[in-house]
Amino acid sequence: MAQNDINKIKDHAELFHQDEYQELFAAKKAFEGGHSPEEIDRIAEWTKTWDYREKNFAREALTVNPAKACQPLGAILAAVGFESTLPFVHGSQGCVAYFRSHFTRHFKEPFSAVSSSMTEDAAVFGGQNNLIDGLANSYSLYNPKMIAVCTTCMAEVIGDDLQAFINNAKAVGSVPQEFPVPYAHTPSFVGSHITGYDNMMKGILSNLTNGKKAETTNGKINFIPGFETYIGNLREVKRIANLMGVDYTLLADNSEYLDSPNTGEYNMYPGGTPLEAAADSINAESTIAFQAYSTLKTREYIEKDWKQTTSVVRPVGIRGTDEFLIKLSALTGKPIPQELEDERGRAVDALTDSQAWLHGKRIAMYGDPDLVIGLTQFLLEIGAEPVHIVVSNSNEVFESELRTLLDSSPFGQGATIHGGRDLWHLRSLLFTEPVDLLIGNSYGKYLWRDTQTPLVRIGYPIFDRHHLHRYATYGYQGTINLLNWIVNTLLDELDRNTIIPAKTDISYDLIR
Amino acid sequence: MTPPESATLIDETTAELTTVDKKALIKEVLEVYPDKAKKKREKHLNVYEEGKSDCGVKSNIKSVPGSMTTRGCAYAGSKGVVWGPIKDMIHISHGPVGCGYYSWSGRRNYYIGTTGIDTFGTMQFTSDFQERDIVFGGDKKLAKLITELEELFPLNRGVSIQSECPIGLIGDDIEAVAKKSAKEIGKTVVPVRCEGFRGVSQSLGHHIANDAVRDWVFPQYDKAKKAGEVPSGTPYDVAIIGDYNIGGDAWSSRILLEEIGLRVVAQWSGDGTLHEMINTPSVKLNLVHCYRSMNYISRHMEEAYGIPWLEYNFFGPTKIAESLREIAAKFDETIQANAEKVIAKYEAQTQAVIDKYRPRLEGKTVALMVGGLRPRHVVPAFYDLGMKLIGTGYEFGHNDDYKRTTHYVENGTLIYDDVSAYEFEQFVKELKPDLIASGIKEKYVFQKMALPFRQMHSWDYSGPYHGYDGFAIFARDMDLALNSPTWSLIGTPWKKAER
Repeated sequence: MAQNDINKIKDHAELFHQDEYQELFAAKKAFEGGHSPEEIDRIAEWTKTWDYREKNFAREALTVNPAKACQPLGAILAAVGFESTLPFVHGSQGCVAYFRSHFTRHFKEPFSAVSSSMTEDAAVFGGQNNLIDGLANSYSLYNPKMIAVCTTCMAEVIGDDLQAFINNAKAVGSVPQEFPVPYAHTPSFVGSHITGYDNMMKGILSNLTNGKKAETTNGKINFIPGFETYIGNLREVKRIANLMGVDYTLLADNSEYLDSPNTGEYNMYPGGTPLEAAADSINAESTIAFQAYSTLKTREYIEKDWKQTTSVVRPVGIRGTDEFLIKLSALTGKPIPQELEDERGRAVDALTDSQAWLHGKRIAMYGDPDLVIGLTQFLLEIGAEPVHIVVSNSNEVFESELRTLLDSSPFGQGATIHGGRDLWHLRSLLFTEPVDLLIGNSYGKYLWRDTQTPLVRIGYPIFDRHHLHRYATYGYQGTINLLNWIVNTLLDELDRNTIIPAKTDISYDLIR
Repeated sequence: MTPPESATLIDETTAELTTVDKKALIKEVLEVYPDKAKKKREKHLNVYEEGKSDCGVKSNIKSVPGSMTTRGCAYAGSKGVVWGPIKDMIHISHGPVGCGYYSWSGRRNYYIGTTGIDTFGTMQFTSDFQERDIVFGGDKKLAKLITELEELFPLNRGVSIQSECPIGLIGDDIEAVAKKSAKEIGKTVVPVRCEGFRGVSQSLGHHIANDAVRDWVFPQYDKAKKAGEVPSGTPYDVAIIGDYNIGGDAWSSRILLEEIGLRVVAQWSGDGTLHEMINTPSVKLNLVHCYRSMNYISRHMEEAYGIPWLEYNFFGPTKIAESLREIAAKFDETIQANAEKVIAKYEAQTQAVIDKYRPRLEGKTVALMVGGLRPRHVVPAFYDLGMKLIGTGYEFGHNDDYKRTTHYVENGTLIYDDVSAYEFEQFVKELKPDLIASGIKEKYVFQKMALPFRQMHSWDYSGPYHGYDGFAIFARDMDLALNSPTWSLIGTPWKKAER
């Protein structure tokens, strides 16, 4: 019997290693109609070759293991950053179940969103009735202060008109006339989750700030994080602004929503940027976005309609953070305090302490455009060499920005940007041109398994490690976190590779 | 084919709220709804009354818009549940990138194989629709994509096309592509019309997926049979139907069936292969675990091939023994004797589990809200540990599920169909169960309320829970959830002292 020790109950991680189950697996093969082990080995080896890589890169129609999601995911992440806001996704209901599960698995927090649950009849007649009923029901049940509406591809394909539907819903009293129902069309066959974030942010801001333009500025700086999944980053940005005495509005602040204290009482809408503060963001001095490609339309709107200056700063690494502080100081006239200078000094000290282990290390990475640019800033600073950079949701402007950054450093010369590619392409890259380290989300673990490239989990989603999202990657503190994850992964790997007694353990060093 | 007999283990006097109280609670909870929605929702909530033939709720009806249903869609039912686990086929998420992305590796359908070479379970294949595909149609892209798959993944045994919402809306002819591509690559290509807007939940997706097996896979069996190419089986050939091998469930079930002398020819669909699927019409008996998602194909095989089917339940020792005896009763005395031997063999293991965990769990109450078979099937496993069920409900059950549920639940159990987040929260606040057993979307809501929780879809990343080996893990997990010291840390001592 496999469960032969009541004091050590074996779950899947051990149970199936027992003889009984190993025999079961072997016997089952007789029924499977599988291929011979030799054939499997032959194909497996072939997938590691340049020949396979060329065929793999010749793909035109097929996408395998992409590093991107679809628009509404980003839209609802933007929405929950606002005070008591319920995201409402107009279309088929399965999408919302997927979004909620996805965020919940990453953040390990509740994530509330509703669907208008459109079915066949709505496909024929349009989803207006679903939206009218859905707004009335969610308003009654969940008592939000704002409902932010976006769409699934079903609603987009049949051409549902959100503005008209929402007006009609208000006309029949689904929600009060003055109740804010911002919206964004978020077709999943255009762009990716970062596009959806941008569309929703623009939708919410244009709704809330409508008619709120004042004669004078409120003296504040707006911060827009973009599709940000590191709660620590939001907290770090706020901390830095507070240290500098800068008055700011974070658009939007989902840090409480996605990392709320356990008090024994469930609150559906913890934290969030107050709607009034968001409405007043139109009167700010200036807007700083921490991501460029998830805020394109929002920034264009702010510049054009609000007549407000905008800028993009990615406070990743030492120089990225320097740039942020300098920018903030320039915009507000506030000096950079000694405390931050000390933090900078400590972070630089840490980098110099570890530099020998990082210098010249070849790195592969993938993720959203802004994440990848931030990481590149950092890697170039420590003398690591980006080699393969895969961005599934790429665009030309991004690629040229990243190329310029790479070209600015001798450590960036060997990098290739693979825009629009996926993780199956990356697999070929890792086999044919191996690197020392892979940086990516949890899906990178399959590449780790197949190619033995050690993985540092940075990005979204991270499902298989706990609490990383609570940390910052921004600021000098965040720089130390990045350094910690990267250098210690390399050192762990070195230990793993030198752990066989009397064979490799000559280098199993105590001091490194 | 009849559902198992009722297990009435709960002492009714311990229930704190009476049936009348609970009905009043339902009424109170419904008050917040606008009238139209209230009228709809009140049909889905009730209290089970002993002797009734069902649970007194309507089911398998459209979800109320804006209610925050937990339900998914037909695509989730087909790709995520039925087809996805067939490990040696490539399942294309056909349409925009999201559906396949969100369901990528989310379900822990374990399998043995070299991923990306001869098996493809934890991969995401998609046609990643762009605007031009919506405008001009995706058939050409699909045909090309299948050619590319064949070149890069030559050991695949076939392809399934899992339709996302736009496919049915833009008028693509995936059946034509499937036929043409199947000829071109010489393999099975299955078009599945599981667009997410079809039906009211993932349930229709199960049905559509079952029908696709009937229409696009079984003809291969028929052809082979005609040609005399079907290998001769044994009188003991069975198939496991409706076990998705979550955390290895199908394996800890299969081991028992093999131990009693049966020959498991196919697993549907956890760790299953196309070959197993094709050969299933040769079995003598289909053993159905998840009735909800695979009763359709079981009925079809009964009608078309004369194969009887039997529902069984491998959660908890009481039901496992009962099921092993029922299964064995369909075979000869040797098998029946074997079943007794197997039951006896595991008795010590099971007793050790109960001796250790029952005292720690005795009397604890559970509220369930899950999908498929679990809102009823796992109940006896809780009973085996001395726990009590106070409420249960299905995400996407049908009336036949609620009929079967009557054999599992006590008089006075609260029943909620397609429960909304709001209703579930209110019910839990009033009923105060010791443990909630539901899904990932619910988990942290209740943990924030300081309530122990276990995911009953994914086994909370543990498992298997099926079979005798699984029961030990189930018991361990319920204990670690309920008796974790972390719950007692919630709330500051100074605020607690104030109260």
